[in-house]
Amino acid sequence: MERVPILKIGSVLLVSIQVDMQDQMALQLQEDLGQRIVDTGAKGVIIDITGLDIVDSFVGRTLSTIASISRVLDAETIVVGMRPAVAITLVELGLSLDGIRTSLNVERGLELLARNAEPETVDDLDFLDEPETTSP
Amino acid sequence: MTGAEGEAQVQAIGSDEDVVRVRQLVRTVAVAAKLSLVDQTKVVTAASELARNTLVYGGGGQAAVSTVDNGQRRGVRVVFSDSGPGIADLDLALTDGYTSGGGLGLGLSGARRLCDEFELDTAVGAGTTIAVVKWAR
Repeated sequence: MERVPILKIGSVLLVSIQVDMQDQMALQLQEDLGQRIVDTGAKGVIIDITGLDIVDSFVGRTLSTIASISRVLDAETIVVGMRPAVAITLVELGLSLDGIRTSLNVERGLELLARNAEPETVDDLDFLDEPETTSP
Repeated sequence: MTGAEGEAQVQAIGSDEDVVRVRQLVRTVAVAAKLSLVDQTKVVTAASELARNTLVYGGGGQAAVSTVDNGQRRGVRVVFSDSGPGIADLDLALTDGYTSGGGLGLGLSGARRLCDEFELDTAVGAGTTIAVVKWAR
């Protein structure tokens, strides 16, 4: 089966989905991304869906799951490049893309990640960043 | 314009790949029926949901895709059929957020919203047939 390639640019992983994905391919991407975040220590993931002419509930759910997995692994996910017709259809379908941040394009997505990376925000997963000096 | 319904093109649904083929076939027919880009996107998305349901819940089946013409407008009609277990509680199955599987529960209800016509025929033990139509505006 074909795999969606994952590129690394600095501390960001870039995924550009260019084909009409089978469900299995979407699940594979979910696994591959988790692994790549851990391997590279990436702080951000940008998923470019310019090439997708539809996002159905399965792909939508996969995107939400990827965002959740990334968050637990201390990386932020931004979905970019959604076509207007896809956005209209998603809303009518009733899909809310929980936990997903969006930007118009890759450039703006990178800007957003850079802005968020500046102040070390204290969020509920902050303990994962604590240095491992728990022993006395 | 001639007949009310063009000849249906049938795509079997037995795998993930077939769900992709259904999407592509519906897209081709929707373009031929001169649906707008947004309406194409809606009917292809609905078809994707219903094809996946046919595969996952119906145990596989087929989609028959055709153009329709009511004298004023053209449209695309897709009929999904399976001989799976059928749907026991239709109202529940059509409720947003309800799923008997692992999905989001938006497939049936969402597909109904995305199409102009939606007809569902099911009986426990006798399978499910769903016909949808999207008209060009």
